[in-house]
Amino acid sequence: MRSYVLRRLGQALIVLVGVSIAAFSIIHLVDGDPVRLALGTRFDQETYDALRSRAGLDQPLVVQYFDWSSSAATGDLGVSFRSGRSVTSLIVERLPATISLAGGALVVALLIAVPLGVISALRPRSPADYVATVVSQAGISIPDFWMAILGILVFARTLQWLPASRYVPLSEDPVGWLEHLILPAVTVGVVSGSVLTRFVRSSVLEALGRDHTRTAHAKGLSERVVMTRHVLRNALIPIVTVTGIQLAYLLSGVVVVEVVFAWQGLGQLALQAVQSRDYPVVQGAVLLFAVFFLVINLIVDLLYASLDPRIRYR
Amino acid sequence: MTAVAADRGGWRAVLGAVATSRLALLCLVVLGGFLVVAVVGPSIAPYGANEVGVAESLSGPSLDHPFGVDQLGRDVMSRVLIGARDSLRIGVVAVGIALGVGVIVGLLAGYYRGWLDDALMRLMDVLFAFPAILLAIAVLAVRGPGATNAMIAIGIVYIPVFARVTRASTLALREELFVRAARSVGALDRRIIVRHVLPNVAAPIIVQTSISLAFAILSEAALSFLGLGTQPPAPSWGRMLSEGQGFMEDAWWIAVFPGLAIFLLVLALNVVGDALRDALDPRQRSAMDAERRPA
Repeated sequence: MRSYVLRRLGQALIVLVGVSIAAFSIIHLVDGDPVRLALGTRFDQETYDALRSRAGLDQPLVVQYFDWSSSAATGDLGVSFRSGRSVTSLIVERLPATISLAGGALVVALLIAVPLGVISALRPRSPADYVATVVSQAGISIPDFWMAILGILVFARTLQWLPASRYVPLSEDPVGWLEHLILPAVTVGVVSGSVLTRFVRSSVLEALGRDHTRTAHAKGLSERVVMTRHVLRNALIPIVTVTGIQLAYLLSGVVVVEVVFAWQGLGQLALQAVQSRDYPVVQGAVLLFAVFFLVINLIVDLLYASLDPRIRYR
Repeated sequence: MTAVAADRGGWRAVLGAVATSRLALLCLVVLGGFLVVAVVGPSIAPYGANEVGVAESLSGPSLDHPFGVDQLGRDVMSRVLIGARDSLRIGVVAVGIALGVGVIVGLLAGYYRGWLDDALMRLMDVLFAFPAILLAIAVLAVRGPGATNAMIAIGIVYIPVFARVTRASTLALREELFVRAARSVGALDRRIIVRHVLPNVAAPIIVQTSISLAFAILSEAALSFLGLGTQPPAPSWGRMLSEGQGFMEDAWWIAVFPGLAIFLLVLALNVVGDALRDALDPRQRSAMDAERRPA
């Protein structure tokens, strides 16, 4: 197990270096001078020089990369061109909103996917299976931002059951936090849950067809014991992987839904930074999202290896 | 000797297998409908995409304007019909970029293995580490907004998926008897890859193309919704949704119909993609489900 963990850590480290180079390159690949683009047309030379120097752009490229990456490793992601504030503090400010939305959406996704996927696998080609297949196919195909707009129209504007938008911090108002979270979390969760439903179904179907399940039935074990001990337990292993991948995307890939719900999360921060050409914030956000993804994938892989010993020896 | 997985008879069998699913057949018809609209949309649209004042602004669906009229008095149905071309074009070109680059990377990595495989696949891992929509936004941050850049951005996003699918199949094929036989008679690597390996990895690539096309169209709509994709005055479904969002209480039709068009097109592509996968490459089902992600 130790050699597997070390090998996997080594791979993640290589990818992390690649990701940091890619994030660092953003500011240098821009067509034109990034500081000029950020400042617009009206600025004086002093402001320009100060901003350029603060971003380290007057240094040689290699020095810039090592300065930026070593600072990033200690949690310092530079200073925003626009607000003059530390990028790290801007990101930390938005983190609770993003974690709330990702966590809420994952709960909704699992509440949809596990029962629907299991029922559909247990009764293949039944009406329940057909409904699950259609629902999951529709969920995968629906644009989440369209669903968000429809959700606001129906549940916030017409029925007035839920608030339409905005993030309320949990520490300020727990009830308000929950009320404001429901609509965005359900919107994102339905899409994620549709992906997971298909996977739960195929994993359970695969486990049902395995030799050990047949043996368990032949031994005369009850249906409940076969399902819980032999089928669901084995089906869980691949489901853990996909749930991890979904969580990584939920933490970083719901930019458009954040925009619709005016949800002040990381996705919206990244988008605003792109629109205002605030490149240090774009670099920081992109790096952070990729690190989220790498770390979650690493945890999932290690979890997977501990759940299924065969993985370690491949 | 070239071992081709799906010859003409094989393709007939595949299409037959797809056609056995009533839902897949219906979705093929829907796809055909969208293709026709993309080609002849501007000719059959009753009004121009930016023709203002065709009726009172924000008037609801009627016989004259089945999808209603927007805030500038433009016919929503005409805009949806004309917008189909851009949505499909951006999706197809983006997937074409991803397919072209990804398949070459996957073939080279899988066939040669060793350091080339390690280098190329680590590069793909780096690209794969970025969430799709964010990577596209980052590319657009560098290149600037616009339809052409959106195609490039979405194309880059989907390269790793094609590279992985192609590499996995190539790895299995390189040890097959017919490939070893070709090598033993002195065939050049390039010939072996093009004539013997590529035709045999076509099935999972075709399936991936159909599924990626669905997600590329979703991504284009998302980018246009954010104002980074297709730019005005060109009508784009994503942009129409964004414009309609502000009028939802008074005029739901502005955002509902373009959204419905995106949904139906993506649904049809997904269903056809699934049917193709079941017919061509059923073993890929779990792996591809795992890599699906919301746009």
